[in-house]
Amino acid sequence: MHWSKWAFRVFVAALGASSLAAAQQAPPISKFVVVLDAAHGGDDAGGKLDSGQLEKAVNLNLSVRLRSLLAARGIQVVTTRESDASVDLNRRAEIANHVNAGLCLSLHASETGSGIHMFASSLAPVQPARFTAWKTAQAAWITRSLAVAGVLNSALVHAGLSVTLGRTALSPLDSMTCPAVALEIAPQRDEENKITAEPDDPEYQARVAASIAAAVVEWRTEAHQP
Amino acid sequence: MIPRYQKILFVVLILASLAMGVVLWQLRQRAHRRLVAGEASAPTKAPEVAPAEQATLVAANDAENSLVPQVHSLPLPADPGARARAVLGRLLDLYAAPDAAHPVPGGAASVAQVFLLPATGQRDPQNPGAQMAVVNLTGTFVASHPSGLEAETLTVLSICGTLRANLPHVTQVRFLVDGQQRPTLAGHADLTRTYLTAEAVPTEGNKP
Repeated sequence: MHWSKWAFRVFVAALGASSLAAAQQAPPISKFVVVLDAAHGGDDAGGKLDSGQLEKAVNLNLSVRLRSLLAARGIQVVTTRESDASVDLNRRAEIANHVNAGLCLSLHASETGSGIHMFASSLAPVQPARFTAWKTAQAAWITRSLAVAGVLNSALVHAGLSVTLGRTALSPLDSMTCPAVALEIAPQRDEENKITAEPDDPEYQARVAASIAAAVVEWRTEAHQP
Repeated sequence: MIPRYQKILFVVLILASLAMGVVLWQLRQRAHRRLVAGEASAPTKAPEVAPAEQATLVAANDAENSLVPQVHSLPLPADPGARARAVLGRLLDLYAAPDAAHPVPGGAASVAQVFLLPATGQRDPQNPGAQMAVVNLTGTFVASHPSGLEAETLTVLSICGTLRANLPHVTQVRFLVDGQQRPTLAGHADLTRTYLTAEAVPTEGNKP
């Protein structure tokens, strides 16, 4: 009788300990994190704009603007670089994948074309698997990435910006395990194809950043819906 | 009486003359063989100019971020590799023109070679003779290519689309630059992956 009482106490204590461990191991409440990847940096200047600005600087400016706008809306932001630093392409994807991001935006600028060029990965969609190849990890997220592209497109067009959509093979994008889109700011042009705003124009950038921020807020609402 | 040393000298001179005669004969034969060989390789027949044929070039347009098929008439060799190089050369000539919708300097000389190999991966029963085209671009073309996500993507896709339109057996494309693998075209488009020509579908502009 005495032994059975003692065994019962040990069993209850073990049960309590296991439930405590389970509570500690339970995944935290999912937080919506946005990763901003200002492309290029350091030795890699990217393209050169007609204004003389380097693409890496324009990308960083847009990243800083967006980070402030998103933070003001209560969204947690992780950036791949905060200065003119060289960041390896694989490292950029590692940062995005490590934080389990709800959205990844790769930011670019170019002198060719007009408006905003939006690209999703050109990988064919596949079912999510436990193990995925690094270079094609985005394949399991393509459907979500295209959905994000749709939300961003609506917001940018709503703001009166011209948008072109496409698919591309871009090294960090293809390795990201999150809904991911690459955005390239090109000059704003009028109907006669004359440039009305360069990608480094502060007002133009502010308009683009505000539209993207509005789209991200909308995406967060959609992403957290059951 | 002829002295002994003069006899020896006479014999030596005779032998030297004979040896020189043999050497001269051999040199003459060698020169003759060289001449005959030269005649065999000399162009005795004018080269045939390949007949002009219709080729579809999938041309890029920066303003609309689109790929538009255009039909051109150009001489196309019978050899598939040379044919691929000819169509890509004409495509890049379009881009090198002053009023190009997708301006890229370089022109036809930017395609050094196109090699056709059996396609890798799973065999497609619909296309048993599927091939991979390995396009070797010149370093000068890549160095002068405008940097940008859209511009680089359009160049890669227009090359893939043009190969698909003119050589239907080509289902995969890989890129080399001066015979070496390179990470990107001009900082953006990934050149380390195998492109599927089916991805390069012409679009009449995709502005929403």
